[in-house]
Amino acid sequence: MEYHFLGVGVLTWITFLPIVGMVVVLALPKEKKNAMRWASLAFTILQVLLAGFIFAAFNRNLAGINTMDGMQFKELGTWIDIKSISWFGRIHIDYFLGVDGISTPMVLLTALISFVAVIASWKIEKSVKGYFALLLLLDTGMMGVFVALDFFLFYVFWEIMLLPMYFLIGVWGGPRREYAAIKFFLYTLLGSVLMLLAMLALYFSVSVVDPATGEKIHTFNMLAMMNPANFDPGSILAGLHTYWRYVAYVALFIGFAIKVPIFPFHTWLPDAHVEAPTAISVILAGVLLKMGAYGLLRIAFPIFPDAALKYAYPLAFLGFINIVYGALCAMAQKDFKKLIAYSSVSHMGIVILGLAAFNTQGMMGAVFQMFNHGTITAMLFLIVGVIYDRAHTRGLDDFGGLMNQMPKYSAVMVIAFFAALGLPGLSGFISEAFSFLGAFQTYRWLTIASSVGIVLTAAYMLWTLQRVFLGTLPERWKSLPDINGRELVALVPLAVIVIFLGIYPAPILNIMNASANYLVDVVKNGGALALMGR
Amino acid sequence: MLESIIQSLQYIKPEAVLTATFLCAILADLIFKKKEITAAVVIAGILVTAVYVFQQVGESASVFSRMLAVDPFAIFFKFLILLSALIIVFFSLFSNEVNNNKRRIGEYYSLLVAMVIGMFFMVGASNLLMMYLSLELTSISSYLLAGITKEARDSAEASLKYVIYGALSSGLMLYGISIVYGLTGALDIYSVNSVLAQGGTNTITLLIAGALIVAGFGYKISAVPFHFWTPDVYEGAPVSITAFLSVASKAAGFAMLMRFSKVVFIDSSVLSLPAGMWATIHGVVWTDILIILSVITMTLGNLVAIWQDNVKRLLAYSSIAHAGYMLLGLVVLGNDGFAATMIYFVMYLFMNLGAFYVVMLVANKTGSEDIETYKGLGSRAPLLSVCMAIFLISLTGLPPTAGFVGKLYIFAALINAKLIWLAIIGVINSVISLYYYVRIFRNMFLRDTEGEQAPLTFHFAHTFLLLVLVVPTLALGLYFGPLVEFAQYSVAMFGVK
Repeated sequence: MEYHFLGVGVLTWITFLPIVGMVVVLALPKEKKNAMRWASLAFTILQVLLAGFIFAAFNRNLAGINTMDGMQFKELGTWIDIKSISWFGRIHIDYFLGVDGISTPMVLLTALISFVAVIASWKIEKSVKGYFALLLLLDTGMMGVFVALDFFLFYVFWEIMLLPMYFLIGVWGGPRREYAAIKFFLYTLLGSVLMLLAMLALYFSVSVVDPATGEKIHTFNMLAMMNPANFDPGSILAGLHTYWRYVAYVALFIGFAIKVPIFPFHTWLPDAHVEAPTAISVILAGVLLKMGAYGLLRIAFPIFPDAALKYAYPLAFLGFINIVYGALCAMAQKDFKKLIAYSSVSHMGIVILGLAAFNTQGMMGAVFQMFNHGTITAMLFLIVGVIYDRAHTRGLDDFGGLMNQMPKYSAVMVIAFFAALGLPGLSGFISEAFSFLGAFQTYRWLTIASSVGIVLTAAYMLWTLQRVFLGTLPERWKSLPDINGRELVALVPLAVIVIFLGIYPAPILNIMNASANYLVDVVKNGGALALMGR
Repeated sequence: MLESIIQSLQYIKPEAVLTATFLCAILADLIFKKKEITAAVVIAGILVTAVYVFQQVGESASVFSRMLAVDPFAIFFKFLILLSALIIVFFSLFSNEVNNNKRRIGEYYSLLVAMVIGMFFMVGASNLLMMYLSLELTSISSYLLAGITKEARDSAEASLKYVIYGALSSGLMLYGISIVYGLTGALDIYSVNSVLAQGGTNTITLLIAGALIVAGFGYKISAVPFHFWTPDVYEGAPVSITAFLSVASKAAGFAMLMRFSKVVFIDSSVLSLPAGMWATIHGVVWTDILIILSVITMTLGNLVAIWQDNVKRLLAYSSIAHAGYMLLGLVVLGNDGFAATMIYFVMYLFMNLGAFYVVMLVANKTGSEDIETYKGLGSRAPLLSVCMAIFLISLTGLPPTAGFVGKLYIFAALINAKLIWLAIIGVINSVISLYYYVRIFRNMFLRDTEGEQAPLTFHFAHTFLLLVLVVPTLALGLYFGPLVEFAQYSVAMFGVK
């Protein structure tokens, strides 16, 4: 099914609405700070509504992944087409958007988190215009990554995010913002240039027949890249289990692993999170980290099933390290925000472990965990933001007994904390359970070892809860006001989703079910073919 | 003989127009003594030249007994040089540095034209002596231009350094040419090629001759280790001249190097390669020389740029690094690599001229090129700063800017030729380059000046030229089809397949 508003496809709308918003914000006069805030909010609300529409109209039975027919809300147009000459084939880049069960949850998440981020940014007073313009540009980049099905387009969106993020951390961040911002920028760029090379190698290896003219053309179309038959014999990535295929997979993997972040590429994350303003931490944890895992699912696994299966165990092992190492680091933190940052490392480890299992439960668990981690960690960062706005400190030992002082705040906090540590009845439990279930079938001992991470998570979460919210309230916090209406508007929708999906996860699971199943098949079959071909 | 010369004359109409422009500019200066009129003459001359170059599109000929080639390859670079010359004339009109030298302003514009003439011959030269002469014509004009602001001490120093290094390199080149002549008995590059193709040439001697000739090219394109003049000259010369040297002069040098590499060393007897690829004559290590040259050029340029505090000097090292990226395209020995370098040049023209232009505007207002001056510029001159950020992002090579497309084609050519490790060195270099480009916009946006500083305002025309440069920098990043087609068409050189 294809849906259009005003002759423009719904995915184009949802991707470029924020750009329209950016132009509006830039056009507003400098003094009208409130108008800029409301305009940004209006555009993100529109985006949420469109996401809601996609959620409603999405056909749950179609798998997508590598089939053209399975992709929904498709938009396919020629972007760049350079005629063939005798010594250089035709260059063809498509404007190709579409979603399937893997990307739709991410689209929903992006719309939701962007909306929450705008609310959380209300108190920004320093060059409001620049801030919201960059935030909206970032929003377009994120959404674009999740809907693009042409690798070139994907790459452009992927890179568009870097600059706004650099400025958002660098201008509006904390004391060490310059360091954190450039570290983020350099790390991510290093990853993406490796991805660029892998993309080019794929481009020259894959060609499809153009139905119109009958000539073979190289293509950036991801779906074409997933079909082994499209690889030209003798090209650099042709065949299976070749040296260059492994190199290309590892290059893609590093590009995505930096974003996830997978140990040992994670060191930018604590810095970036701690220095970024609250709303940007929310986006970082809520959406940006998902891009890495999404990239693995969308690109690395289905295009290189042979390499994916070969490196499945190392991947799972990295997931294990992420889980345990992230949890141990979190436990050692004295800064509330840094603790949450390391808990993200740990939770993303669960995603990686689930992915590496290459079975349906693991895959479902991983994608669902991506969604849930997005909502839960967004809540956690908002919670840190609330307390930091009031107390101007994030030291865990500076607080105590906030439960009585800020009852409403504590209620929200309890939901988020228990969701994060995986309490049954909240969404985090289901996705973690699925991930571990899946992983247990493939990697018994590694999964058992990883489950130590759950205990550690419970330990640092409860310990934090105890240090900040229980005990006696220090004298100086006696006048702390409770959470206000604006902050609740940001937190409550997330809390509702966390509780609702904890009790009834079907709405999201149904969306991803067909695709996750099929993706496992694609990888397994690709790998099986590979084993025969050896 | 005479007949062929007369027939050849019709092919150098653009050069003739430029020569007339050169003379008219001197006359206009003598009579009117107003910079606007001299500049107008030069602009008119450039536009008329462009018309004549446009008429040559599609030609492929060798004229004056194989002294000059008029082919799509040369025409592409002629357009490039004219476009940058045109932009530089406007730069100069807006530049305080140039305008403060009232007495020599006429010479300034006429020398600019003389330089363009030299470059026109450089891009077409197909005879070693012609190459040498045109190189010298360009160089001598640029020595004078680099030192045009005689009052500024660093300008005089820059000019002197430039002369000394220039003399040394062209001496080396001439020596190399004489060895080649001794080996082959020929000076026009087609004959040199056919003699070399017969084999039996002493490869060691040829290697030495090649290395010596590379010194001449390397100096012009400021490749390491012939780059020593670059930072000082770029820093000392007026910004407009620096920008011109970094784009047009480099383009002409590259065009000459590309023609030389292909025509002299191509082995036309190897036919088994895929279309658009060629082989070098057996025993010639030209490709290895280029690989080494490009890797050290980009790496050194990038690493040294990190430590610069003068923005002009920083951009000088950055332009050295860019020469390294462009050399990567030559390594490939294929039309796609050459086309990639040519595409890169167009992108580089806009982004590099843009960056230098911002430096000039800032220097006009503040009198300083120090990176500290850029603190807080984001709030003092928002439009200028945003444009500068776009130019720098483009120089780094991030989408959706022109610089990305340029790099994309370079790396695509490398990947296609399976030179993967070279491509990896290239991309790591662009990550390094991000670090120093970021230093500029970090100062502009992330840091504030001490105390309140008045906003900078610019004349409408100045802002307009800024937009003229920034729009293609963005637009070519999003839509590059026609440009790529033109570049791919233009790789064709006379006389070689």
